[in-house]
Amino acid sequence: MHVDYQSLRFEYRRSPDQSSATPSHHPVVVVGAGPVGLATAIDLAGAGLRVLLLDDDRCLSNGSRAICFAKRTLEIFDRLGCGDRMVEKGVTWNVGRVFHGESPVYSFDLLPDGGHRRPAFVNLQQYYVEGFLLDRARSMPEIEIRWGNKVLSLLPREDGVELVVETPEGEYRVLADYVVAADGARSPIRRAMGLESRGRSFRDRFLIADVRMKADFPPERWFWFAPPFHPGGSVLLHSQPDGVWRIDFQLGWDADPEKEREPERVIPRVRALLGPEAEFELEWVSVYTFSCLRMERFRHGRVFFAGDAAHGVSPFGARGANSGVQDAENIAWKLALVLRGEAPDALLDSYDAERVPAADENILNSTRSTDFITPKSEASLAFRDAVLDLARDCVFARRMVNSGRLSLPSTYGHSPLNTPDADEFEGAMVPGAPALDAPLADGWLLSRLGGGFTLLHFGEAPPDLPETVPPVRAVNIARADDVEGLAAHRYDARPGTAYLIRPDQHVCARWRRLDQVKLRAALDRATGRAMGTP
Amino acid sequence: MLNTEPNIASPDDFYEALLAIHQDLTPEQARAVDARLILLLSNHIGDMAVLRQAMARAREGIVPAGRDATIAVRA
Ligand SMILES: Cc1cc2nc3c(=O)[nH]c(=O)nc-3n(C[C@H](O)[C@H](O)[C@H](O)COP(=O)(O)OP(=O)(O)OC[C@H]3O[C@@H](n4cnc5c(N)ncnc54)[C@H](O)[C@@H]3O)c2cc1C
Repeated sequence: MHVDYQSLRFEYRRSPDQSSATPSHHPVVVVGAGPVGLATAIDLAGAGLRVLLLDDDRCLSNGSRAICFAKRTLEIFDRLGCGDRMVEKGVTWNVGRVFHGESPVYSFDLLPDGGHRRPAFVNLQQYYVEGFLLDRARSMPEIEIRWGNKVLSLLPREDGVELVVETPEGEYRVLADYVVAADGARSPIRRAMGLESRGRSFRDRFLIADVRMKADFPPERWFWFAPPFHPGGSVLLHSQPDGVWRIDFQLGWDADPEKEREPERVIPRVRALLGPEAEFELEWVSVYTFSCLRMERFRHGRVFFAGDAAHGVSPFGARGANSGVQDAENIAWKLALVLRGEAPDALLDSYDAERVPAADENILNSTRSTDFITPKSEASLAFRDAVLDLARDCVFARRMVNSGRLSLPSTYGHSPLNTPDADEFEGAMVPGAPALDAPLADGWLLSRLGGGFTLLHFGEAPPDLPETVPPVRAVNIARADDVEGLAAHRYDARPGTAYLIRPDQHVCARWRRLDQVKLRAALDRATGRAMGTP
Repeated sequence: MLNTEPNIASPDDFYEALLAIHQDLTPEQARAVDARLILLLSNHIGDMAVLRQAMARAREGIVPAGRDATIAVRA
């Protein structure tokens, strides 16, 4: 069934909370039904919590903003129960090509080493991503969504946070134990709380056009520096579902954003790229300036900022929505444990300890790409052009060409929730790393992990686990399950090796042989009951 | 360690060759040659610690009088 998610309008409905004499109580209120707010709500509901999701609008993202969704995001969507739809609808791509003038200078193949359920990237319009998340959210009785409900301000109280909400029928209040502010780059909540996001903006403008056409370009990412059809600027071409193509034109700082949006200006630019014969329709056009910025801290008492509200990056590298969805899953399991009384409030501080460095990593990567694409001084322009020139015949320079780096999830290497290794291990699965997938006889490793704390054990029989709070479930991988030997290889496992994996599928401890005392200590640490103790 | 002891057998030949590749160039063209040269040599050296030392020495004593073209934002 085809649903036009862009044109869906949701009804505002009066809630009994609006007639209540005192503010009704909700354990968690999520503000903003963008990709980040929706993912947060689904994750919390999956952990059994009642969630109230408020959005001031009555529709999904209009126009396609994000298009590239990375492997880790798809794995998170799998855990949230909507990964298949995203991948079925999305365009899977692996090859990126970079051109300078008319000549190809560099190409990369993101296809990782095989043995992963999900591809490196799919391209999918943001309204589909939000639509599929919304369909999932609506199937969960724990989630109540209120459209046309705008949060005006937050009043901290001893026993929670009061939210002042505006509706077409006037204002009302609700009382929340915790609030997740996923209210986007302009974050009215951030402003209402007198907080700021700070950083740098690049002196450049980009025309972003989504064009519907029949084209025989392969589903690859093509990036041109100074092509003959757009002298002086860069151009990016990307394929999306439904025969839609994303084209970005770098316009320079002096371009007039209002005028450049007009079809009379846009169509000739597109035609210069596609050729005089091409038939196409403009689906959506916008002109952007990009910034990299973040809030100093993401936790403010009972309020947690997530996604664009907390941090912003330029789109080169596709780290906006992708990193926001990782914020969502980071805060969700922590809130769930605290609200169920299975972990102390101190666990919630680790949201800052983990996601602030992750935001810095994303900002660093996206700033580096933007500095390459939009040189910010005469010297950086000279070096950029030198790299592009050398890349024609010097292999080393190709690796310096930076038109956006693959969005990878952060490893929380310095997280206070990690138990440092006492045993010798090799490979990438260090404490803090997101667990890698691997094919098993009956499916995929990540889908076996589920959503609680898991002890991933390699051996012929599952180990006996003690009763703990929160509970730890054992998943055993026998040699016969590990059909290609990739699980043992990726986890540097021998018989007896055990990994403690968090609800968000990040590793928090590992041993060569399981010891119940060590397991309890690691669980205490990973749930914030032993923070600060070495 | 950055080697700052004499290492080129014939310094006068080197210096002459360095000037020769800039002969008749506009400042912009010379800038392009220098940028390529720096990248080629840096890759040849490869050792990041050495490169950082060289970069630090090159920058020594120069007080910035220009500015970076990004704009501070607060939202
Ligand atoms: C051109 C472009 C290309 C991009 N490409 C990519 C890409 O390829 N990959 C990628 O990962 N990211 C990309 N991004 C970034 C991505 O779009 C954002 O990071 C993402 O939308 C952030 O999601 P969010 O949920 O944090 O915020 P938003 O999507 O902005 O959602 C915020 C929601 O909060 C609601 N809201 C706001 N104020 C209130 C209030 N007071 N009360 C109630 N509700 C409120 C809004 O109505 C909205 O629904 C791109 C962005 C742009 C502009």
